[in-house]
Amino acid sequence: MVLGTGILFGLGLSFSGMSNPARVLGFLDVGGEWDPTLLFVMGAALATTALGYRWVLRLPTPWLADGFQLPSTTAIDRPLVAGSALFGIGWGLVGLCPGPAVTALASGAPEAFVFLGAMVCGNWLAGRLPAR
Amino acid sequence: MSITPQFDPLAGLGGGFLIGLAAVLLLAILGRVAGISGMVSGVLSGPAPERAWRALFLTGLLTGALLYHRFTGSFPFEMRAEWPLILLGGLLVGWGTRVGSGCTSGHGVCGIARGRTRSLVATTIFMLTAMLTVAVQRVWTGG
Repeated sequence: MVLGTGILFGLGLSFSGMSNPARVLGFLDVGGEWDPTLLFVMGAALATTALGYRWVLRLPTPWLADGFQLPSTTAIDRPLVAGSALFGIGWGLVGLCPGPAVTALASGAPEAFVFLGAMVCGNWLAGRLPAR
Repeated sequence: MSITPQFDPLAGLGGGFLIGLAAVLLLAILGRVAGISGMVSGVLSGPAPERAWRALFLTGLLTGALLYHRFTGSFPFEMRAEWPLILLGGLLVGWGTRVGSGCTSGHGVCGIARGRTRSLVATTIFMLTAMLTVAVQRVWTGG
């Protein structure tokens, strides 16, 4: 079942065109020939999730787990701000965020494999740092 | 500002709906949010059962893309960045999403859908810095 939800997510990213870095850069490049498609992807994903989450969270427990494990940190602190800013710079340089970094492998392009490798390295390195 | 002929609102809405549906189902099945960067972190470290569901989801993610490729016969992929920037960008995306506890899916979709201010702040920051990065590159290359 979890595999199936991953497949749905992967189909969604591919169908929307967001696995193509040039399309994403077209959205981020507000000063050029702008491509608002990503806005529609985010809008539809957000609306579906917001409505569906309301329904799911009324369940006493998830179907295959003992309870819901939702992120509960509320702090707007330095790691959140600095991390998000660094992520944004990397996203703007290439046009791939973590989901599309995985689905882009389906293109078979060597660039996709190198980007994912670098992303995993960056993630691992950040995890090696002492908590701040 | 002009709009590119590539603009495809229907594909965007359809794809976005599938992404949202996947996020809702993952919460219903395992009680978890669908944050891809968190899954990548969790596959690298963490207890075995935690690794297992994340590995399954990520395998599904790639399978979905491969199925799409199979059915449509093509998989559009156009990389504009040169090799050094691909490497630097990958490192920054991996590093930044781990330090900032989320990416476009975890903060941008699941977090905002739950009405979390923290996720709205993170999403605003990475959207703006990404747009700024593209703008700076445009000036840099004289485009």
